[in-house]
Amino acid sequence: MTQITTVLDPATIEAKPSSSRRRPGPILVVGLALLGILAIIAIVAPPLLNDAANTITPQVRQAPSLEHPLGTDSFGQDLLARALVATRLTLLLTLGASAISVVVGVAIGTLVWFVPERVRTVVLALNSVGVAFPSLVLALIIAAILGAGAVPALIAIGIAGIPGFVRLTANMAASVSVKDYMTTARILQVPAPILVVRHLLPNMAEPLLVMMAGHTAFVLVELSGLSFIGLGVQAPDYDYGRLLNDGLVSIYSQPWQIVGPCIMLVISGLAIMSIGDGLAARANPRTSGRLVPATAARAGAVGSRPAPAGTVASVRDLTISSASGAPLVRGVSFDVAPGEIVGLVGESGSGKSLTAMALAGLVADGLQLRADSLVTCGEDLLDGGSTAALARSVSLVYQDPVSTYNPALTIGSQLAEVPRTHLGMSRSEASAALAERFEEVRISNPTLRLSQHPHELSGGMLQRAMIASALLTEPQLIIADEPTTALDVSVQADVLRQFYAATTSLGAAMLFISHDLGVVEALCDRVLVMYRGEIVEELTPEQLASRDVKHPYTRKLLAAAIYLEPDTMGAKS
Amino acid sequence: MSATIETLRTSAWTGFILRKTGSVVFAFLVLVVLTFIMVLFIPGDPARSIAGSDASADELEDIRAELGLTDPLPIRFLHYVTRVFGGGLGQSFRTSEPVADILAARLPFTLSVSLAAIAVTLVVAVTLGLVVAALTKGNRRQWLDLAFSWVTALGGSVPQYVVGALLVLVFAVTLRVLPAAGANSLASYVLPVTALSIGPICAVSRVVRREAQSVLEQDYMRTARGWRVGVVKQYLKYALPNLVTSTLTLTGLILAGMLGGAIIMENIFAWPGLGRGLVEGILQKDYPVIQGIILVLGVIAILLHTAIDFLLAIIDPRTLRAGKGQH
Repeated sequence: MTQITTVLDPATIEAKPSSSRRRPGPILVVGLALLGILAIIAIVAPPLLNDAANTITPQVRQAPSLEHPLGTDSFGQDLLARALVATRLTLLLTLGASAISVVVGVAIGTLVWFVPERVRTVVLALNSVGVAFPSLVLALIIAAILGAGAVPALIAIGIAGIPGFVRLTANMAASVSVKDYMTTARILQVPAPILVVRHLLPNMAEPLLVMMAGHTAFVLVELSGLSFIGLGVQAPDYDYGRLLNDGLVSIYSQPWQIVGPCIMLVISGLAIMSIGDGLAARANPRTSGRLVPATAARAGAVGSRPAPAGTVASVRDLTISSASGAPLVRGVSFDVAPGEIVGLVGESGSGKSLTAMALAGLVADGLQLRADSLVTCGEDLLDGGSTAALARSVSLVYQDPVSTYNPALTIGSQLAEVPRTHLGMSRSEASAALAERFEEVRISNPTLRLSQHPHELSGGMLQRAMIASALLTEPQLIIADEPTTALDVSVQADVLRQFYAATTSLGAAMLFISHDLGVVEALCDRVLVMYRGEIVEELTPEQLASRDVKHPYTRKLLAAAIYLEPDTMGAKS
Repeated sequence: MSATIETLRTSAWTGFILRKTGSVVFAFLVLVVLTFIMVLFIPGDPARSIAGSDASADELEDIRAELGLTDPLPIRFLHYVTRVFGGGLGQSFRTSEPVADILAARLPFTLSVSLAAIAVTLVVAVTLGLVVAALTKGNRRQWLDLAFSWVTALGGSVPQYVVGALLVLVFAVTLRVLPAAGANSLASYVLPVTALSIGPICAVSRVVRREAQSVLEQDYMRTARGWRVGVVKQYLKYALPNLVTSTLTLTGLILAGMLGGAIIMENIFAWPGLGRGLVEGILQKDYPVIQGIILVLGVIAILLHTAIDFLLAIIDPRTLRAGKGQH
């Protein structure tokens, strides 16, 4: 199935995604409505208001009044009328300049993929210089050649915007052209122009549209800016920028003069940017998703009961729900005895990781947690608990070693965090202690590893290092969330064996989360089966081995394990 | 083993520096050619501009020969290149002042106001974006989320010069607490820097917030919480370095655009910098001045981009190799 979908061009498949994605969002609607109003003003204002806007009258420099809502300028012209009439010229110039940038930019960016590679390299290198250059400076060079005026400003801003579109189009064409459906089309010997029109452009349409809207807003600002500094539209013509220029000259005597053009510029800018944002939100559903109502992060205890003595972790009636109130974990209760290894199995989404994180006091912000009691290593987590004590007594090992590490920091700087902050070690003491532990889990060249960044180590080595650091504080409880699932099969058993040996030699208890029943059976003293947020069955490894289970979900889990993971079942012995 | 990795790192840096030097030289050459061609395209006779309208044909011919305008194009280009590298950029048509002196007098004003605005933008925008991301994590405080989106959208869409004009109206004309124009005291920096940075602050803080949102959801942030790292340290040590790469890449262009904004801004606040000099030069057709200022602005833009690339490489060595495909 997946093969078929990748060789077909998504743009040529008729079926459309769900209607909610295609429905214009409120931002887009507001933007289009504003632009519609501006378009009407641009069409209607000049014929209706030209007299008021352009006739020189004796009523000069009047403050705002009923007759002249925004006052008059030094020629007695009505300022509101001038601001409205200026809309036509401003919008025409803006659209013209944007059109130059888009059409020429897209043409060059597309065609560059149909010329010899050497030519393409030169064109793209020149273009990157153009992109790096502030476009206003580029526009000023062109304005210097052409002189001051509306048309030179339009051409200057239009040309200055070309490099950005060349880069966008060239980059997108590059990524689209290596897609499987493009290769398919090429193998079928589809001619180049048809490739462009039928495959390249439709697949670039959405990002292009978003960038066009953003660019048009930018053009509006820059063109008005040129007029504002006297290089754009020249008197007696006027656009928003020119009006703003007139207003700034007399800002002390008639401060109200700048109000009209300021408001019109902001409204036009908002209209175009809203359209851009609306289009972008539609193209990227992640940002357009409706927000879920927020709730308090922690609900606290309903009524506390003391935890049973002699446990490292004890939880009673734990319930976790999402911000919207959907239950994720329901009424979970269990204990972990010192030195005991407890397995927590279940499918993904069954709430096993959330339960474990709750035991560590690390439930994510925005989730609601309720429990009768939640005590880990003597700390009452419903009251928060002491972070230093928790850091020393609870260690965590996560599923994916690559994403667990901070890519921007060295291994040593991260793993030394707990010993330095919570055990009071110096930097060198922490490094020495880590290096020693690294050797125990057979990490070669420990001091070098500590100075390296995560991307320089293999997944297996990263996970060994994480395990080594987890043991460094000699914790009472280790929470291991599928610690070997993300590793290469060839190193899984080895890492697990070292982990097990180190944990038992410390005498630490472990909460071992897994969906691999074979490993759980071999490793654990007791197994809890979770299904849809609840613990549905508690088993001994012997019961698991002899298939002595009651809950239908556990049976299904066992049945699946036999057929899907015969290798791991065999590897444990 | 360790030696091999050190060698690899060194060679990655050597390659990176060579590539960057190459692209800086290339960009500078393009700039020199561009400014040379620009003057060729400019209509009108420079000799006439210098001598004035009542000069005789012989006088004009003399000036042309003196300026080297009668030489063939390649020779003229060579002369131009030698002059650019020698720092002698000719004299202003209007004031006969050496262009180099004009640049030296104006450059500090443009640089100081732009750098101040960049610093203000980065500090305020990064703090704002990070704080908002932290406070709204996990869909909490939706009112803040909404307010932030609207305020930054509005602030980002108001042109810098409109902000500037409104600031003058409020603080200089109405309240009379800050100077409206000129560069006479530290107080005169307040309005131009504010006007220059409000828009970029809105744009950059949105980027920072969006990036921070995804960084805060990463597994390594959960790891840091598992180590019981303090909240402030979590953000400064674990989140910030991962934000810097994407933020700097995305804001590099915004900051380089600050230079363009400064040009317009200088004309509002009668700021004696390069931007105002450039606009005056264009209006007066003072070509040596235009040429000089554009060369300097271009070099600043190129250096700014390269500096950002280097900063990125230092912060995140992975970009050393990836940097090749950026342009």
